[in-house]
Amino acid sequence: MKTATCLALTIALVTGAAASADTSDKRIALSNNYAGNSWRQAMLESWEATAGQAVSDGVVAAADAFTTAENQATEQAAQIQNMILQGYDAIVLNAASPTALNGAVMEACDAGIVVVSFDGIVEEPCAWRIAVDFEQMGSDQIDYLAGRLPDGGDLLEIRGLAGVFVDDAISRGIHDGVAANPQFSVAGSVNGDWAQDVAQRAVAGILPSLPEIVGVATQGGDGYGAAQAFEAAGRDMPIIVLGNRQDELQWWAEQRDANGYETMSVSIAPGVSTLAFWVAQQVLDGAEVPKDLTVPFLRIDQADLDQALETTPEGGVANTEYDLEAAQQVISDASS
Amino acid sequence: MTPRLDIRILLPVLSLAILLAAVFWLQPRAMSYLGLNLLFNLAVPVALATVAQMIVIMVGDIDLSMGAFVSFVACVTATLVVDAPGLGYAALAAAILAYAALGALIEARRLPAIVVTLGMSFAWGGLAVLLLPSPGGSAPGWLRAVMTVKPPLVPMAVLASAAIALAAHLVVMRSSFGVLLRGLGGNARSLGRAGWSPVALRAAAYGLAGLFAVLSGMALVGLSTAADANIALRYTLLSIAGVILGGGEFTGGRVSPVGAVIGALTLTLAGSFLSFLRLSPDWQIGAQGVILIAVLAARLLFGRRAR
Repeated sequence: MKTATCLALTIALVTGAAASADTSDKRIALSNNYAGNSWRQAMLESWEATAGQAVSDGVVAAADAFTTAENQATEQAAQIQNMILQGYDAIVLNAASPTALNGAVMEACDAGIVVVSFDGIVEEPCAWRIAVDFEQMGSDQIDYLAGRLPDGGDLLEIRGLAGVFVDDAISRGIHDGVAANPQFSVAGSVNGDWAQDVAQRAVAGILPSLPEIVGVATQGGDGYGAAQAFEAAGRDMPIIVLGNRQDELQWWAEQRDANGYETMSVSIAPGVSTLAFWVAQQVLDGAEVPKDLTVPFLRIDQADLDQALETTPEGGVANTEYDLEAAQQVISDASS
Repeated sequence: MTPRLDIRILLPVLSLAILLAAVFWLQPRAMSYLGLNLLFNLAVPVALATVAQMIVIMVGDIDLSMGAFVSFVACVTATLVVDAPGLGYAALAAAILAYAALGALIEARRLPAIVVTLGMSFAWGGLAVLLLPSPGGSAPGWLRAVMTVKPPLVPMAVLASAAIALAAHLVVMRSSFGVLLRGLGGNARSLGRAGWSPVALRAAAYGLAGLFAVLSGMALVGLSTAADANIALRYTLLSIAGVILGGGEFTGGRVSPVGAVIGALTLTLAGSFLSFLRLSPDWQIGAQGVILIAVLAARLLFGRRAR
């Protein structure tokens, strides 16, 4: 009996000490479902910069990024299964579907692989989730508009890609916000697919049927296109909430200099991929990390515009990248 | 057996063997019970969809709604079948009947199948979104158990593929029903003169295709444990490519069920092979196309020689 207790104690000590285990022989893979817009490109660049540095510093042995070609859940499930076969120690995942990858994620967990999902998170309980409060991102826009327009009025909502849960969540937030501020009503909704050209076409198509619009709630990547459509139709420019893309910030600055235009801009920093990388590294290191982490979104107000515009590359997205300390800060905030 | 038939089945087997050898060489870890299952389990629904597509191609048509239909079935399986099994299975049966009705409509009104199925792909897609507006649902317990069963010695994925090939072979190549269906693709008029109703036969063919497509959607949910409305959109092109890769031809009546299943396995394996090569995703779609064309070119070459 005594030896058993002793053994248990020793094991406890060993696992406790493992918190500073060496991860230099560990290999991490990034499974990404889509790379076709500026946000995803910036996300992959952030990964390349941070994870690449970590590899050359010897923190981990490899940090390879894989992107599926067709943004399909079945294709990504196959990709994850291939990563299991390739013997990666951790898989960082931006998922095509929160549920359709559960089977593959479960296989990975069963094989002893650490799975960290971010942005497009997965529901499978064995995985870590770095989520953004998308609903708040929607309701914050209406709160901001309520502050600017106490009299209320008709709003136009630009949605993202139909059938993707991020689109549902942001839209739910926007509609909750409108319900809480009855002076507003949503006069129309269009799908802008998070792309300027699609948003411009969709807004141009619905504008003739709309009353005067005082504000536009967006999901990011669609604000500049909406502005173009309003300008082309010769209508008064409403307050368009922007989404941190460089062309949107550029347009905002031009409008501000020309006629004192005021708005705000909100989106997720693509550098969240680097947070996911460090979380995976920390879990491999043996650190206690809660399964659900929340990452704040990046909001730019009128006062921060010039600085944000300066640091955002042309065609890019305003960004924050995480280093190990910042990631540990996020983890300890979530643990307490 | 004529030499032409031999080449029809030999080439798919050969391409699969070569690809498998290449994968094992690149990733020796795959050469195990677990590895084989991981490589091939997602090929099971693809193989079922390919057999469904093969039946449609066999009667001289092409089904552009396969991916949307399998997605729809996946949505039904992940929602209705779990929450209200009676209603769920009835909905699946109704979907098969709808497929049969489409076949009858195409034959009776002489509509081009390519247009009808293209239109239906939007109908299935819309129904799927109505059922499951945002991704979710869960897999029925028995389905999950079937798809994750670990039989001794041979992994589930390999056993299931063999069973699908055998079942399709028996129905299409060995039964008198299969002979009639192949005849419908080859020469519908002579079948009509012999006293068979082409409308009923085409309806039966589409119904059979619908049955395999329903099985495909269910198998997919068993693997993924959940569904979304876009889950299987790739299956339309994958299934057509699988049929052709497996020795089928667009001229009706010339298909090979065993070849079609092997074609589906080959296509799935090609994806893994390219990913093990660490090929950039931008090149992967192109490379998949090159593999397809290479196999077709080889078939043409050998086919000529055999003739």
